[in-house]
Amino acid sequence: MEFFERFAIPNASPLIYASMVAIGLTVVAIVIGLTYFKKWGYLWKEWLTTVDHKRIGIMYIISALLMLFRGGVDAVMMRLQTAVPDNSFLDAQHYNEVFTTHGVVMIMFMAMAFIIGMMNFVVPLQIGARDVAFPRLNAISFWLYFTGAMLFNISFVIGGSPDAGWTNYFPLAGTDFSETVGINYYMWALQISGIGTLMTGINFIVTIIKMRAPGMKLMKMPMFTWASLITNAIIVFAFPVLTIALLMGTFDRQFGTHFFASTNGGMDMLWANLFWVWGHPEVYILILPAFGVYSEVISTFSGRNLYGYKSMVASMVLISFMSFLVWVHHFFTMGHGALVNGIFSITTMAIAVPTGIKIFNWLLTMWKGKIRFTVPMLYSVGFIPLFTIGGVTGVMLAIASADYQYHNTMFLVAHFHNVIIPGVVFAMLAGLTYWWPKMFGFMLNERIGKWGFWFLSIGFCLAFFPMYITGLDGQARRMYTYSAETGFGPLNMVSFIGAGLMAIAFILIVYNVYYSFRHSPRNVGQDPWNARSLEWATPNPVPHYNFAVDPVVNSSEAFWDAKKNGHVLFPEKIKKIHMPNNSGLPIILAGFFFIFGFSFVFSIWVGVIIAALGIIGCLAYRSFEKDPGHYISREEILETEKKLGGASNEN
Amino acid sequence: MKIDHSQPLEYSTQQNQMNILGFWIFLGAEIMLFGTLFASYFTLNNGVGSGPSGSEVFEITPVLLETIILLTSSFTIGLATHAMRINNKKATLAFLAITLLLGLSFLGVEVYEFINYYHEGLTLQTSAFSAMLLLTLGTHGAHVTFGLFWGLFIFLQIKKQGFTVGTTNKSFIFSLYWHFLDVVWIFIFSFIYLKGMM
Repeated sequence: MEFFERFAIPNASPLIYASMVAIGLTVVAIVIGLTYFKKWGYLWKEWLTTVDHKRIGIMYIISALLMLFRGGVDAVMMRLQTAVPDNSFLDAQHYNEVFTTHGVVMIMFMAMAFIIGMMNFVVPLQIGARDVAFPRLNAISFWLYFTGAMLFNISFVIGGSPDAGWTNYFPLAGTDFSETVGINYYMWALQISGIGTLMTGINFIVTIIKMRAPGMKLMKMPMFTWASLITNAIIVFAFPVLTIALLMGTFDRQFGTHFFASTNGGMDMLWANLFWVWGHPEVYILILPAFGVYSEVISTFSGRNLYGYKSMVASMVLISFMSFLVWVHHFFTMGHGALVNGIFSITTMAIAVPTGIKIFNWLLTMWKGKIRFTVPMLYSVGFIPLFTIGGVTGVMLAIASADYQYHNTMFLVAHFHNVIIPGVVFAMLAGLTYWWPKMFGFMLNERIGKWGFWFLSIGFCLAFFPMYITGLDGQARRMYTYSAETGFGPLNMVSFIGAGLMAIAFILIVYNVYYSFRHSPRNVGQDPWNARSLEWATPNPVPHYNFAVDPVVNSSEAFWDAKKNGHVLFPEKIKKIHMPNNSGLPIILAGFFFIFGFSFVFSIWVGVIIAALGIIGCLAYRSFEKDPGHYISREEILETEKKLGGASNEN
Repeated sequence: MKIDHSQPLEYSTQQNQMNILGFWIFLGAEIMLFGTLFASYFTLNNGVGSGPSGSEVFEITPVLLETIILLTSSFTIGLATHAMRINNKKATLAFLAITLLLGLSFLGVEVYEFINYYHEGLTLQTSAFSAMLLLTLGTHGAHVTFGLFWGLFIFLQIKKQGFTVGTTNKSFIFSLYWHFLDVVWIFIFSFIYLKGMM
């Protein structure tokens, strides 16, 4: 029995037991459902082993939505706990665990997955490619991300959750102050999904550099593709730093080293520096694809080409460089000299300049445009003022001397939610609604979508604007409760109500999927939004080979040219198409990684060794495997195109 | 699969070109990885606590031996690639085998060196400096170990299949990896060992 005792939860509560039961029942229900409807074969052949960038993208987005709800429940629990003074819904330890998992899940497993899913689906279509450069590697990326996410999520029912915040500062995150295996989970979940993200980065850079349609020069790429290229460059240069930081953290916790200790020559600030050398570029990894989505949506629904294309590209390149030069602003108060603080204060403020250029470009794109207020456009229009408020408070935080007042208060919490929610979450919802017909061949209901938007926006304002005020009044973040004399009570109650409205918004958004699936007409045609860029030149939903004929383009708005200026997109005849084969290896490899991570968390070395051998075995198998891919015949393409009414069916 | 015969075989298809470009980008990520290790090393190298410092444990003989072995192996992998370009299978296999044997002897000397450190009281748990030293050397050593298996697989594939679009591409990429490990070692040799001995 001693062996199993380590898996017990250290701070159990009825809530956790209820979750355990819920998880167990869900797993049983899924297994029974799949068996009853005989869907195991379908699931394995069509999804689990797929290397199709579109299906991998959809799986990323589904996982991201699941994680959104996991992180969202954490958020509502926090707001509920702090809604009234001296509340006892959660105790201090439980509250620590909830804000830690909320942060990690939302950043690493929701936002990252959502943007990578969106990139997976859209980028190859926008550049006229049949898949990414390394389809098999892409599947491995997804399954490693999924492994990391699952590993992180089981922490709270097996062994205990991490509890040192998503920034995981040492020495708090060391074994002296965090004795459970929670932070081991943090280290390995992030490590494994981080490897997947790094490979995504490499994959997409090569895809975008090498696989663009003839005629698509770099400066003729759609803006979302540009954003993706720059984002992936940041990923490749930022994630290795996290890899090393996590490795050192693992060694400190599990092998008794002194990297981040305050004894034997260690330095706890080294963690904070390494974490934010990765962490600040990470913020721009999240926001740049969002900027890309807004550029596409605003230009489409204003009926105008994007204003200031070159300055859009230049500002993103500038942002990506500067994102590596600002990390110290996350800890101005932790004992640097005035000179260091001054330099990082200035670089931080300077980064607002290229961002500001982009805001003006969007406004000028809309200027004199024929604006259609569809759901994606509503999110984009809502984004501009809300994000600007977040940006301005960011510049306030960048003033190092003033930061001594704001540091670690709710003001900071309000600021970064103010940029992440209207920035990333709005963009992902806009992009999802915009590209939904491409994914599934029907539209999401506009009316329910608009209700969702208004609930989300108003809920957001109510939830986060009060925090600016309580923060300036001195309410510290990550405090599980406060006394009535502080006067924070009423504003926190407003926050809680706002969180409730946001929860309703997300329920509406998911209900919209169900409603539209049941009721939306299926023949939406090729171009439901009157869109401009190349991905709309494929039928909806997109056939698995994407383009029947390789497109030829001459601007960033190839589809618009074809519609309005008589540009011939598909000059060639249909030929047989070479496609990569599906493979079960990625999910098997990820399975070994899961065993590896889980065993390492609990220091079960036998499991670690067996899983490591499994991983090496998978790599060896891949090295010796011959995988020539397969061809889709001309007849099959003609038939599919006829059925879908594709753009090239006349050939 | 279109094969462009004006290019060397390893560059002759689009997939091959993408593989090579992808690997260069991966090496960019590896530079960040080792860059982070070096930056952390320079931050912690005075944090010796009550343990020995670099100048007390570093010995020039095994380090020089490692350096000569690894630099030579970088030369022989270059010869292997050259032999591959002139379509000499026997020479390619021979130079690849020599490279892997040199890699193995490098690891042997490194293990000897680690055992020496252990006897002089420098282990992972001794101090921040010791842990950082062993982590940096260990990460490099782990890369070499990985490379040995990878190189062995490629050796077997060339032996069986000869030079194909696939095997030439793999061995060219492997040579990039091996040269990169050599470059990292030059930094380790200069900035960890030589600087540490001063």
